[in-house]
Formats: sequence, C-alpha cells, structure tokens
Amino acid sequence: MKANFIKGSCRVTALLMLLFSLAIHGDQDVSTQPLFMTAITNLKQGSMTEREQAINQLAENGGASLVILQALLDGQLFTLKTDMRLVIGVDNNQGYDVRDALTGESLGAMDRSTVNKINLTNKLRVSLRRTIGQLQLTVEDPAIRLAAVKAMGNEDDESALNLLKARLDLEKDPKVKQAIEVVFLLKDMNSSDKALRMKAIDALKAQNSLDVVNRLNVMVEKDEAGNFTEADADVRNAAKAALININTRLQLYSSAETIFFGLSLGAVLVLAAIGLAITFGVMGVINMAHGELMMLGAYTTYVMQQLLPNHLGISVLLSIPVAFVISAAVGIAIERGIIRFLYGRPLETLLATFGVSLILQQSVRSIFSPLNRSVATPEWMSGSLQINDFLSLTWNRFYILVFCLIVFLLLLQILKRTRLGLEVRAVAQNRNMAKAMGIPTSRVDAMTFGLGSGIAGVAGVALSQITNVGPNLGQAYIVDSFMVVVFGGVGNLWGTLVAGFILGIANKFLEPFAGAVLAKILVLIFIILFIQKRPRGLFPQKGRAADS
Amino acid sequence: MKLITLGADKIATSVLLALGVVSFVIPFCNLVLPADSALHFSAYTVSLIGKYLTFALLGLSLDLVWGYCGILALGQGAFFALGGYAMGMYLMRQIGTRGVYGDPLLPDFMVFLNWKELPWYWLGFDQFWFALLMVVLVPGVLAFVFGWLAFRSRVTGVYLSIITQALTYALLLAFFRNEMGFGGNNGLTDFKELLGFNIQSEDLRAVLLGVTGITLMATFIVSRWVVNTKLGRVVTAIRDQESRVRFLGYRVEMYKLWIFVFAAMIAGVAGALYVPQVGIINPSEFSPLNSLEIVIWVAMGGRGTLYGAIIGAVLVNFSKTILTGLLPEIWLFSLGAIFVFVTVFLPDGIVGLMRRKLQERAA
Repeated sequence: MKANFIKGSCRVTALLMLLFSLAIHGDQDVSTQPLFMTAITNLKQGSMTEREQAINQLAENGGASLVILQALLDGQLFTLKTDMRLVIGVDNNQGYDVRDALTGESLGAMDRSTVNKINLTNKLRVSLRRTIGQLQLTVEDPAIRLAAVKAMGNEDDESALNLLKARLDLEKDPKVKQAIEVVFLLKDMNSSDKALRMKAIDALKAQNSLDVVNRLNVMVEKDEAGNFTEADADVRNAAKAALININTRLQLYSSAETIFFGLSLGAVLVLAAIGLAITFGVMGVINMAHGELMMLGAYTTYVMQQLLPNHLGISVLLSIPVAFVISAAVGIAIERGIIRFLYGRPLETLLATFGVSLILQQSVRSIFSPLNRSVATPEWMSGSLQINDFLSLTWNRFYILVFCLIVFLLLLQILKRTRLGLEVRAVAQNRNMAKAMGIPTSRVDAMTFGLGSGIAGVAGVALSQITNVGPNLGQAYIVDSFMVVVFGGVGNLWGTLVAGFILGIANKFLEPFAGAVLAKILVLIFIILFIQKRPRGLFPQKGRAADS
Repeated sequence: MKLITLGADKIATSVLLALGVVSFVIPFCNLVLPADSALHFSAYTVSLIGKYLTFALLGLSLDLVWGYCGILALGQGAFFALGGYAMGMYLMRQIGTRGVYGDPLLPDFMVFLNWKELPWYWLGFDQFWFALLMVVLVPGVLAFVFGWLAFRSRVTGVYLSIITQALTYALLLAFFRNEMGFGGNNGLTDFKELLGFNIQSEDLRAVLLGVTGITLMATFIVSRWVVNTKLGRVVTAIRDQESRVRFLGYRVEMYKLWIFVFAAMIAGVAGALYVPQVGIINPSEFSPLNSLEIVIWVAMGGRGTLYGAIIGAVLVNFSKTILTGLLPEIWLFSLGAIFVFVTVFLPDGIVGLMRRKLQERAA
C-alpha cells in the first residue's frame, strides 16, 4: 500500500523537486540573510545542540529550507572536504552525484572520500522528522500537504498526530482536511469506546481510501485463534455494511476506469481508422498501405528525437506536422503512381497497395533494422493522474484521447468549411456529377489521398508513445482499423468515431473475464455477424450514391 | 466467349502434361532407380516440388472463387490451415508412445500443459478415414456457415474481402492460444509415421509427391468440367453482372455458396497434403499475409483460367525459394513489386501474355 502511494506520488515528488529548486534559485536573498547563514554554519560544524538549534532556525525560514532538511534526514547532506561547501549527494553506487545545497548547481559525480557526511543522533532525527512534517503541512501546494498527511497518518507517532490536530483547524483545502479527518477516524477505530468506533465506521464509509478498506477488512476477519479481531457484533456488522457500501463504489470506479481504458483504446483505433475512412469513403479505395503510413509517422517521431535529443517534448510536438507532411507526400506519390490507374477496380487497388505496404515495410527494415526502436515519452506524458485511491488515469492515454478528438474535430472542420472539403464531399456523393460541375476530380483524389495518409502519419506519432516502433507496427493495426471503418459505415466520419469507441470499450469490458486474445476474437466475430445484419455499417450512406 | 474444350486450349494441355510428368516420373525414378543414379532426385527437391504442387492446388481453389465468381476471398489460407490441422491431428495420434513424454494417448504439448485427458474434438483422429473426412468437412462447414451468412445478406466486394480477412485473423489469434488444444504457438510437429510408413523416408516423400500431383490433376480436370457446366456458367455470369443474374431469377447466393464451399474443401485437401511433406503445421498459416500471397499467385498466373493459378503458384514460390535463399532482404521488395506490377500492367497475368503471343502467331 505504501508502494502504491509512492508510485502515485511520483509526479508530486517531481513537482516538489522543481518547486524547491526554483525557490532556491529564485530566492537568492535567503542565502544572504545573516541568520540563515549562521544556521548553515552551525549545521556544518557545530555541536549536536547547535545543530538542533540550526535545524529549528532553518525551519523558521519556511519552505526554502525543506530540501536541505529532507536531505539531512535522508543522510544525503554533506560538506566538501576542500572548501566546506554544503552539498546534497545522491548515491550512484560508485560515489555521489553532488549538487550545491544552496544554489542547486550541479557539481557532477564525486568520490566518497571527498565529502563529509553531516551526522545526526536518533533524538535529533525524531525531532527533524517532526519539523519536516510541520514544514510540509504549511507548504503552498495542497498536493504536497496531502502527501505529508498520508505519510504522517501511517506513522504511529503521537507528535505527528498532534501536528495534524493543530493543522486541522487551519487547513483550507477540503481534500487535505478530509485526509486529516480520515487519519483521526482510523485512530478512533482502535478506541475501546464502542460508540466512538461505530461513529468512526459511519463516517468512514463515505471515504474512497485503501487505508479504510484495509482497516475495515481487519475488523471483520478472525485472528489465528479463531476469535474475531473485533469482539463486538454490532461494530462488526456496521463494518461489514460499510465494506459493502465501499465495494459498490469501488466497482463503480473500476467500471469508470475500464471505460477510460476503452475510450483510450478506441481513440487509438479512431486515429488509425479515420484516415482510412476518408480514402475508402471518398474514393472507394482500400488502402492496405495505411498501416505502413502510420509506421512512417512513428519512425518520424523516432528520427526527430534523434535530431533533438535534449528536447523530448518539443520533438514530439514537432513530429506531428512533420509526420503529416511525410506521410501525405508518400500517400500522394502512391496515388499518382499507382492507384490512379486502377480506379473502378477496388479489388486490384487493394492488392497493389498491399504490394506497396510490403515495400515500405522492407525499406524501413533495411534502413532502421528489423528491431524495435525505442521512442521516449516526454515527462508531461508519463505517470498518472491520481483521482483517489481507487481511480488513477494514465497521462499518455489521456493525452491520446484528447489528441484523437482534436484531430477528429479538425478533420470535420476541414471537410465542412474549406473549399477542398466541399469538393471532397461532392466527389464522394457523385463523381460524374462533380466532374460535370467542373471539379477537378483527379486533383481532388490526390489531395484526399494525401489528407488521409497525412492523418495516418499523425496517428503514427500518437502510436509511438504507447507501443513499440517497429516494421510490423502497421500490420498490427490494419485489420482493426478496417473493422472500425466497416463497422461504422463507409463515408461517415461520425460513424468511425462511434465505432472506434464502441469497439474499444467492448474490448476492455470483455478482457477481464475472457482474456485479451479471446476478447479480440469475440469482437471480430461480433463484427463479422454484425456485417451480415447491416452490410453497410452502423451509419450507412443514404440515397442513390450508396448503390454505385 | 466460345466454349473451349480441354484439348483445344494449348496452355491447359501443356500444364496438364507437365504435371503428369512430374507426378509420375519423379516418384517412379526415386522408387525404382538406385539412389546413386543420375535421375534420382534428392529428398529435398522432392519435398519442395511436392510443396509447390500443394500451393498450386490452393491457388486453384482461390481461382474458382475469385477468378470465376469474382469473390476476392482473403481468407483462403484459413481453409488450407484447417485441412492441415486435421491431417496434423491424425499424424499426432500416430506418434503414440514415441513422444518425448511417452504418453500413449496425449500428444506431448498436452502432457506439458498438464492436460489429463484428450479433448472431445481430438477423438476419432486416430482413424485415417475420419481424418480424411474432417480434412474436407471442417473447411467445408466453416465455409458453408460463413458463406451462408455473408451471401444471404448480400455482403459483396471489398466488405466481403475484409470480413474474410477478419475470419482468418480471428482464427490466427485463436490457434495461438494454448487453451485451444492445438499446440498453441508451436502447432503440431514431430510426426513419426503416416499409415504405418516412416514419414521421413524418401520413398514416402516420393509417393506423397505422386499423390499430390494426381490430386492436383484430378481437381484441375474436375474444376474445369465444373466451370463449363451450366452451374459454372451461372457462377461466371454472377462475376460479370450479379444483379442481372438475380433479376433473371437465379438464386445468386446459392451459387456463390456452392462454389465457395467447393473451393474451401479443395483448400482443405491442399493443406492435408502439405502437412506431411513439410512436417509441421502452426498458426502462422492463418496469417492474413499468407492468404494475400495466394491471391498474388493467382493474379500473377492469370485468374479465371485455373491453369494460370497453377503456373502462378509454382512460379512465385519457386522465386521465393531462390530469393529467400540468396538475398533474404530482397524477397519482400520483389513480392511487393510483383503485387504492384501485376495489378497495374498485367491484369490478365502471365497466361494472358502467353495467350496474346499464341494468338499473334496464329494470325
């Protein structure tokens, strides 16, 4: 459970580091204050009593000292033997990665023999821990306060409880306040007063906390001797009822999580399928090389990261337009070079584009090697958003969902509002009539194919963030994306969106009891049967155009 | 188009002749002549040619549905693999106690997975006649159910192509699962004997080649007869103008279903002949790429001719053997190039080219 908390608060920790490095960098005047400097000097070379005073003085300085104090507690605070500089060193197995404790300036790796550790007595360590807790409770950021409350709640320490009690009245943030209340209610559960226990259970059953679930589970269990750990039957029943109450919510949250996973899988499917839907819907052309165009997009991300190794986030963002242009160019080349000779022969187009897909695959294999390439994920996309103990959403999935919706809306606007979109729709409805009205259909075809292919490239950028980038990337998605297009109904972007999300969610709901592979098979069989019932998909095209 | 009889078509005759030579002469040489004779073919060559002929049979089956009925089935490989698995199951049961674990009843992979008894669908496969029945019945029934659903609701064109691809993809995923009881990832292999003969022996290989060649010739002649009957004529008419045939009062879906099931059974037989000659069957045979490759054999040879499929299958696979041996990197490039080149420049395939040459000479 502690591990769970630590995992969840990774982002918090990262944030914390950032915050304090900023505080130290920005607040240069802190280090020039004479009191602060005396405290630092005392910390470095004073006696244990002076050290304790120094700690208290630093504590009065507020958040800016927190990094130094925390390092002191973790045994990471050192002085350099050469010039007595105060530094923080993180063990890297061979020595220490050292940075200046006051300025945060990195001093590189150092040998163990070049630094002196600042030692603490056990008594000092206890008081330091309390001081740090106290400091953390007063920090601006509620996320840090919340983490501090949870950490202190897990310690069975009277002084920590006193700190929390003092904080309870001052606390403004409802989440932090609630967390403090939970800590005290959990303590009440151990009380010998039955009424107090009952009251605590009653109050706790509304909480979404794993601590509460664990505590309640202990109450209804028997110990090794076969006696209930909670002797009173009333309290036990109340605990059972509370557990049922919480479990119902737990299931609700887990369904919410499944829906989120389903939506994010659906988003991937929609991204993969939407370019296909355009070319298929407008031109009646099955582009089997669509998956490989996505692969090109993913490799573009890889190359961009190689070119800009120090700017992960920017390189990913830059990859989006670059991948669009590259894939669109390849797509237009395919259209002009091959497909244009095969109009009216959809089955032949399918075969020819499949040939292209083999060639693209092998080219990538020859250029980049058949092995998977690793594409790094920028920091703002890793980790997860912890909503409560029961529900956390991973950022990369979340961003892909958002990205998918942006791409979808953008495409919808292009088709709805631009001249190209108008022409594309006209050609899709009735090619001959459009031609008679003076629309250059062959130019529109090329542009449509370019647009569809470009979106495949953009989808590839998104895929590079959640899956392995290798020559087989496209093949893995091609059958799925065809399913989405066919299920949704050809020539209908909304159909593709709805179909993608339905298939994604269905897949994720089937997975827990059918297993990932069987779930996929079931979905495939469902689509095969669905096509029998509605051969033209969920949202079929209406009117005479549909028959041609 | 004028009704072409068997003898009148020069290419058909020469293909049949070549097949006759291969399927009688090679086994004869290997069985009768001593091993050091110049006309004695190596076991490798015999198996390789045998493999080509099973592919030719598979190509022929696809040509029936695609070339004659216009259904671009991207799942023909699934029927091939199912036939192969039926044969593989028989061969597994023949291993008996000679497996690594020496279990008299259970194949090795089941012992390995701690299975206690044989699943019901493995029962009967110790009988050769039962296995042969399943070789045609399993693909036939699957094709019947799938085709009945698809053709009745008038799923056509690319939609049909894509759901046939989904079918083989679903089977691929299913057969990869260990729980299915078909050996999962590794499939069925390590066969010992077929009808009491050592499966590794050169004599059996030669016989298998002969059997494959004769089956191919017989299927070719029967199919050629079928496409020239009234039934075959209706099927061809459906390819060219489906709605017109329907308006004339024919039940289009029944004709389609008939040809689809017939072709699936042929593909099953091809699979059954393939497995003993290569000694393994695994789920990769279900992969959509394999089924697409079949399409390119037929397209390359020339569809709607039957012998074109045979020529295409042998040619493409021969070049595959050569290229993957010499320059493995080049193979996918050339396969891709063949796809593009044939569809754009050679819509009638090699056979179309040959026919044109023959006509020019005659004129």
